Amino acid sequence: MMQELKENNVLQPAMPASWNEDTKPHKFCPGCGHGIILKVLGEVIDELGIKDQMVFGCDIGCSLLSWDFFASDSVQTHHGRTAPVITGMKRAKPDIIGVVYMGDGGGYAIGSQHLFNAAVRNEKITIILCNNCNYGMTGGQMAPTTLPGMKTETSPYGRDVAETGNPTKGPEMVAAVAPEGAYVARGTIANVRQLKGFIKKALENQIAGNGLSFVECLSSCPTNWRTNAKQTWEFVEKDMTQYFKVGELRTPQAKEG
Amino acid sequence: MAKVIKIALAGEGGQGVQSIAEILAEAANEEGKNALYIPNFGVEQRGGVSIAFVQISDGPIGAPKFLKADILIPLSPRAVKRTKMHAGKDTVYIYDNSLIQEAEVNDNVVGMQYYDVTPPCPTADEPNQDLQQDLIAGETKTCSFTRPGPGVDPADIPSDVARVIPIPANDIAKEELHPRVFNIIILGAVIAATEVLPLEAIKKALDTKLGDKFKNNPKLREMNFKALDRGYELIKNAVAR
Amino acid sequence: MAEVSLQGEQRVFMTGNEVIAWGCVAAKADIMYGYPITPQNEIMHYWTRLAPKYGKKFLQTEDEISAGFTMLGGVLTGRKAFTGTAGPGNVLMQEAAGMAEMMRLPGVFFIQQRGGPSTATVIYAQQETQLTCFGGNGEGHRLVYSTATHQELFDYTIKAFNMAWTYRFPTFILADGYQAKMREPLTIYEPEARGVKLVPTPAVVGENKPGKKFKHLRNTYNTEDELYEVVMANQRDWEAMAAEVVEWSEKGCEDADIIMVTHGIVSRAAMGAYDQLRAEGKKVGFFRPITVRPFPEKELRAAVKNAKKILVAESAYGQFLKFVQTALYGSTIEIATMLRPGIGITTEELVEEYNKL
Repeated sequence: MMQELKENNVLQPAMPASWNEDTKPHKFCPGCGHGIILKVLGEVIDELGIKDQMVFGCDIGCSLLSWDFFASDSVQTHHGRTAPVITGMKRAKPDIIGVVYMGDGGGYAIGSQHLFNAAVRNEKITIILCNNCNYGMTGGQMAPTTLPGMKTETSPYGRDVAETGNPTKGPEMVAAVAPEGAYVARGTIANVRQLKGFIKKALENQIAGNGLSFVECLSSCPTNWRTNAKQTWEFVEKDMTQYFKVGELRTPQAKEG
Repeated sequence: MAKVIKIALAGEGGQGVQSIAEILAEAANEEGKNALYIPNFGVEQRGGVSIAFVQISDGPIGAPKFLKADILIPLSPRAVKRTKMHAGKDTVYIYDNSLIQEAEVNDNVVGMQYYDVTPPCPTADEPNQDLQQDLIAGETKTCSFTRPGPGVDPADIPSDVARVIPIPANDIAKEELHPRVFNIIILGAVIAATEVLPLEAIKKALDTKLGDKFKNNPKLREMNFKALDRGYELIKNAVAR
Repeated sequence: MAEVSLQGEQRVFMTGNEVIAWGCVAAKADIMYGYPITPQNEIMHYWTRLAPKYGKKFLQTEDEISAGFTMLGGVLTGRKAFTGTAGPGNVLMQEAAGMAEMMRLPGVFFIQQRGGPSTATVIYAQQETQLTCFGGNGEGHRLVYSTATHQELFDYTIKAFNMAWTYRFPTFILADGYQAKMREPLTIYEPEARGVKLVPTPAVVGENKPGKKFKHLRNTYNTEDELYEVVMANQRDWEAMAAEVVEWSEKGCEDADIIMVTHGIVSRAAMGAYDQLRAEGKKVGFFRPITVRPFPEKELRAAVKNAKKILVAESAYGQFLKFVQTALYGSTIEIATMLRPGIGITTEELVEEYNKL
């Protein structure tokens, strides 16, 4: 019945065509930012028509819940190793669109060396990183992007920056070391239109073969933040943006002629 | 080897199975008995069936999990189906025969790397009020989306067990007390059916575990204790018949 | 978390991860280095909470490779240091464990085994037995305790620190996800109150003393012969330690026809099976290595001397079995197996398996 209505264009599908319908509704917590980011990504994939070219790699952690999210080939790897796996694929078979989907732990802790080197080598892959200031899946431990004073399971008295450093600024690091041709941006689930623009440019950057594209997304984790809806949005919009500036950091220079 | 009493409780996420298993184990420990409690998380915080294994003995306890339970308490139609292998000829089988349908969320979630994370209930007024701030104590508090339904299919109840005791715990909780204490009613029933511990021991354990909440809200204590007594007398009356 | 006092003795009821945290406090450990991975996360959660009160330190590193090496750093400067991990994290920890073996550095690693290989499950297995004993690119010069109860988790935590710093080999507590998550009672105590002295942990480098003799430490060698001498010297030290630290427990092997051989938490099922079958008049035996490395080889050979068969049961596919086979090389005794990778083994299932023989 639903199928007929869709085929006859009576019912517009509510979800992107690149989404795998069988695995919806998705398994993320209520209020989780992953759902928003993946919807935006899904729409961009639809608009660019790259569903079949894409190989989607996910990390451990909550990003792991996206392993069967898209109607595209997907590979769940090990913690922090998604960038190298997708890099390996892209190097061997450059016609795929390699997408790396991971969290702040996979990108800035255990996977940081891989992110750094992918940036230095300007790997022609697209990395989308969900930053929610904690290790959500494993119970809310401190992450590289945990804010100063923020309480987590391994910083129960609040993050002490003197002891543990300041929140990691990933896009800034990537922007500093990636050669010309890289696209680096930081978006937020609080501005979905802008985020979609960044993700679209990131994927277009890969399609054009310019170099690395990296988009960090400020995201929410009300489960581990112990916040209600209002507090969650305030945290993303006000607290996180104190440290993490939203915008584009690197765009490839326009080519002559 | 001293007798070991094996109790298995199972239910949907949100039914509070782990909470009462923990209270049972802690009460037993306080009474000077040996107790072992291990949770078997399904993906219960997303709504899958979770099972709690509790063993109580005056002597040593062996493997943390067991096949056949002395007391088997499945609290949802799906839990009834999923715990069949734990019912044996000596099992006392206690289930909820309220005409309800628990929300059965698809629990084939690949990728869960941790079981103690509890998403706050999105429909609660104060979604984080009830959450234990200390994740280590790991009490599940997902929503219970119970609505009227066919309830447990009698054909699913195993026939070759020692005793079958249906209790309309959900109905009683909703009509007489509060939906949230449905699992405490079950706890009272378990104590009455098995006499594994004195009721007083459970009351003490409840006070210890929920002491802070009781202090802020004395009506909560009253309600929990009423639920306990209600479950207890349900069974005692059934036996007397 | 429960308020616990380490004065005298106290009976408590807690999960295995919490037991480990308190065991480390009782052993007067100084610092933990770790990285999140289920099912050992709570060791860190508890440690970071009690740290201010007990003057303990903690560093969450960027991954397990770092956790292992930062721990060795702590050890080198004379601190009682430990770490915890599981599954793929244990795989990453092997590089540091190898360096510890070569450089004779103590340190305590808590392994909460989960399903494997790769990410597998976060629940339980005994599939890291080989990895924990031989995971480096060397000869497995390690000490590995396989615990089965919370009391043992506490007792052997204290012992692990003592043994590590006495013999200077990396020391492991091989537990599992069941032990990590289950709750049972135990008695925690102050070791010195029970006459257990804590071995001191002097610094290897970094002492700021005038006129000290500096040390140059390395783990690399130029020639085959050089290396041979070093490894053989470590081997001899390891064998000398093995004779003193090997532990096992056995019951009823003198007159048994079939002996169940298990380790870790599976031996609780075996003990239950033993009691049940003996009560039925069956001549069953029970043998459990408590140190899987060094493995009680001659003790096992002696125990099975008069038996007709042995039944090896583990939650892995042959990892423990390999050790048993090596120990019994030359014996013609029949070895029956119950190999269940990633799955718990109950008393009933073990009895059923026994009855088939």
